[in-house]
Amino acid sequence: MKILVTAKRVEDPESKIKVKPDGSGIVQEGLKYKINPFDEIGVEEGLRLAAKHGGEVVVVSIGTKDVQEQLRHALAMGATRAVWVNHAGALDQLGIAALLQKVVEKEKPDLVVLGKQSIDDDQNQVGQYLAEFLGWGQATFASKVESLESEAEKNKVPAVALTADGKAVRVVREVDNGLATLEVQLPAVVTTDLRLNQPRYASLPGIMKAKSKPIEELTPEKLGVDVTPRIQVLKMSAPPARKAGIKVPDVATLVEKLHNEAKVV
Amino acid sequence: MLHGQGLFQEEHEAFRRTVRAVVEKELRPFAQEWEAKEEFPRELFRRFGELGFLGLKYPEAYGGSAAGELYEAVLLEELGRCGSGGVSAGLGAQFTISTGPLHLFGTEDQKHRWLAPAIRGEKVGALGITEPDAGSDVAGIRTTAHRDGDHYVINGSKTYITNGVRADFVVLAVKTDPSRGHKGLSMVVVEKGTPGFSVGRKLQKLGWRASDTAELFFEDCRVPAENLLGVEGQGFSQIMGNFQWERLSLALGAVGAMDDMLETALEHVKQRRAFGQTLSGFQVVRHKLAELFTSRECARQLTYHALRLHLAGEYAVAQTSMAKKVATETCCRVADECLQLHGGAGYMMEYDIQRHWRDARLGPIGGGTSEVMNEIIAKQLGL
Ligand SMILES: Cc1cc2nc3c(=O)[nH]c(=O)nc-3n(C[C@H](O)[C@H](O)[C@H](O)COP(=O)(O)OP(=O)(O)OC[C@H]3O[C@@H](n4cnc5c(N)ncnc54)[C@H](O)[C@@H]3O)c2cc1C
Repeated sequence: MKILVTAKRVEDPESKIKVKPDGSGIVQEGLKYKINPFDEIGVEEGLRLAAKHGGEVVVVSIGTKDVQEQLRHALAMGATRAVWVNHAGALDQLGIAALLQKVVEKEKPDLVVLGKQSIDDDQNQVGQYLAEFLGWGQATFASKVESLESEAEKNKVPAVALTADGKAVRVVREVDNGLATLEVQLPAVVTTDLRLNQPRYASLPGIMKAKSKPIEELTPEKLGVDVTPRIQVLKMSAPPARKAGIKVPDVATLVEKLHNEAKVV
Repeated sequence: MLHGQGLFQEEHEAFRRTVRAVVEKELRPFAQEWEAKEEFPRELFRRFGELGFLGLKYPEAYGGSAAGELYEAVLLEELGRCGSGGVSAGLGAQFTISTGPLHLFGTEDQKHRWLAPAIRGEKVGALGITEPDAGSDVAGIRTTAHRDGDHYVINGSKTYITNGVRADFVVLAVKTDPSRGHKGLSMVVVEKGTPGFSVGRKLQKLGWRASDTAELFFEDCRVPAENLLGVEGQGFSQIMGNFQWERLSLALGAVGAMDDMLETALEHVKQRRAFGQTLSGFQVVRHKLAELFTSRECARQLTYHALRLHLAGEYAVAQTSMAKKVATETCCRVADECLQLHGGAGYMMEYDIQRHWRDARLGPIGGGTSEVMNEIIAKQLGL
């Protein structure tokens, strides 16, 4: 089974994010970066599937040379090789999906696993676009039935299940009113939710091995994709600071305020 | 800020991220609980073994990864940030002081018996040098080991021994020839359960509360002669050799602890308000932090300097002693100043800074006191 996974470079959520005074973006000095946590879950699921059914995990990232750090991280976790699409300028979700489509057509994986969204701009679009561009089935928000403390989780059993004939995968999805199970014909696109698995740490032997694993460099030009963004960011601003709450003396006052001021009851 | 440019490579930084993730997920959330219980789960040794953290500088033949001391330096620095000096001390003693002598002086057989299971985290090790009547004066220890046929008979006691209560084996400093001063010192391994070896109470401490610190007693304790490490009479230089990495490890831990305290203090002064502005609005506070960060940087770079020399195989006894003294003393001062910046909150048990303040105090005492460091430095000056 060949699995393609993604590794986007995002701001470390531990860093303090500040918007530039002119609203043109965020202040990048002093920021730390890491792999998008949803992508890391995707890498983990890919590795579990490859361990169970045989095959390899190929990781892809798009961006400047810096994204090699996230590729190396996925390689240290156990991916076999990496594809780096070297691109410096702005990208929108359609451009990213178009680039990934070309990489998929080149790599011909049985399954593509992506994070359901990236924690920087939380768009939740790329997986869906990609499936559409490829004409493949999709199962978004993959989750699992057992808890993250279960034995299966400790033994790193994949939650995405290959059907007996090996032609489809069964995916439990998180939806608004609970869990839904989908069966999707392969090749397919799966996007991961937070409760799918607990990604392994990059072990020291893994880190050492990753140093000599190949990273193939591609560019939008080489892939023949025009990535000119169709979406333009006009201005960024920090959300308004939350005002301090008030204490009410009793339930009656609370109900009164909810009714007359907040108008919610 | 790039701290260790030219020292740590990309793969060391990748390893740092792994250690930091482990510390954040598996240690830090429990630090307060373990400190209150005065114990961390024994299971942690095994977990660290599984993660490969206990054998970073040891050969693959014994289950280590032979990655080298620089990786262990990363581990030590990051453990300094776990919020519990006791946890980093207990785990640290396993991969630094107790297994170090086995690696350096042990025979193949001894390494298979004690080093390999210690690297896996199955056996817990301790190093026993200090005695009720001899700490700084290592050559003045009184525990004796008399040769009797193919055994040594050990009599005496040890105190303040980290991991002492839980240790499955103790690497023990003994006098094999009390008439020859420091030339009569030897190191011998004593296993738990050996008749005549008993563990006294777990000692109550100001800091490092999650680590177990014990008194050990030896009464006609018979140990096979094959448990001797290296050559009889070489104990003093063996101990001094082992001290180099112990001192660097204490300096690195102090640097890591300072990182943690200063990061917290920096956030605190930006949040806390007084007289209508944040604390960081006062120039005196800004300058205080500027000074503290400068002090930490001095300590860090001196530590890295000693580390570089050590890794290059240089005779860096003076620089190592300087780094140990400066880093641990700076850590105490930084902890004190950061506590002050917290005001009353700094005195409350629910804030990490009080624990750092208590834990830091061990630095200028353990592994050779600051005064002993000065003695060593003076000796290197030919005084
Ligand atoms: C929490 C903790 C854990 C420890 N873990 C271990 C362990 O695992 N294994 C182990 O063997 N030991 C351990 N120790 C012991 C530690 O190494 C000693 O406490 C330390 O070396 C000092 O020895 P001492 O306590 O006997 O002090 P002393 O030697 O009695 O010193 C008392 C004071 O006199 C000063 N002094 C001594 N000699 C001189 C001199 N020549 N010139 C000037 N001043 C001098 C000292 O600097 C100190 O200020 C631990 C100690 C603690 C507190």
